[in-house]
Amino acid sequence: MSADKTKIAEQFIGAIPHSRALGMELTQIGAGTAEIVMAYDERFVGDPETGVIHGGAVSALMDTCCGAAAMSHPASPGATATIDLRIDYMRPATPGQKIRAQAECYHITRSVAFVRARAMDDDETRPVATATGAFTVEAKS
Amino acid sequence: MSRARPEPVQVVKQRRDAALNALVNGVPYIRFLGIVFDRRGDELTAVMPFEERLVGNPNLPALHGGATAAFLEVTAIIGLSWSMLWERIEDNSLDPEKLVAGQLPRLPKTIDFTVDYLRSGLPRDAYARAQVTRSGRRYASVKVEAWQDNRARPFAQATGHFLMPRQDD
Repeated sequence: MSADKTKIAEQFIGAIPHSRALGMELTQIGAGTAEIVMAYDERFVGDPETGVIHGGAVSALMDTCCGAAAMSHPASPGATATIDLRIDYMRPATPGQKIRAQAECYHITRSVAFVRARAMDDDETRPVATATGAFTVEAKS
Repeated sequence: MSRARPEPVQVVKQRRDAALNALVNGVPYIRFLGIVFDRRGDELTAVMPFEERLVGNPNLPALHGGATAAFLEVTAIIGLSWSMLWERIEDNSLDPEKLVAGQLPRLPKTIDFTVDYLRSGLPRDAYARAQVTRSGRRYASVKVEAWQDNRARPFAQATGHFLMPRQDD
């Protein structure tokens, strides 16, 4: 991937208001791969009794990470939008720990990018959630 | 024996709204997204007023897919919880005062959730309704549809499976 594209992807993440509101940080971007970290925040809690992060916040993290992976693929001209995204929740994320999502665009056509991702807390051996999705392949916006 | 006189409508409404508010306000992430619920009888409509921080693509601008997914998931979980609570409040097996006092019921846990993005979310308020298609003792299936200006043109739909809280909790 060109240095130009890395810069675009990084700027893109920074320019997404919702990802910024959730405190997401792009920690790695490759040729069709991306890693984004989201710190624990009490405002994102979904179960007040346990302090576990809401599934919706995990979805937002997964969606952003999958989109970044699709955009960063060498065959992608740049822009993308989600067509569909399925999330499987394996276990609750441990309260207080950051959540790290890793996504991979494993196939791309002229129209569609196929992406999968997983999310982990500090225990990397047991994923918190996995995701699979299809994304549009669009000209640079 | 004559039928008991029905309670005044304000009393019934107040009790139901207090229970719903307790359920919704107990979840920090719902407050973070600014989602509120409009109740008509047992039917709930979730409303997510537009805010700049919900935007995913500032060029269009369009709602973030993650904000849309979260909106649908919140609608599904509250819709499912509410359908359980409604029955228990109406048959008096649950005292809504306890809910208001902070004794909230355990929420269903999402097993999986699939969102279809039908068109881009506009920078406007969004609405959603959930339909519990199957509610068993352990598992439930829920469908959700979200729209904006035009009810007949949904911008996203979702389906999810949920693990139900144990009834004895």
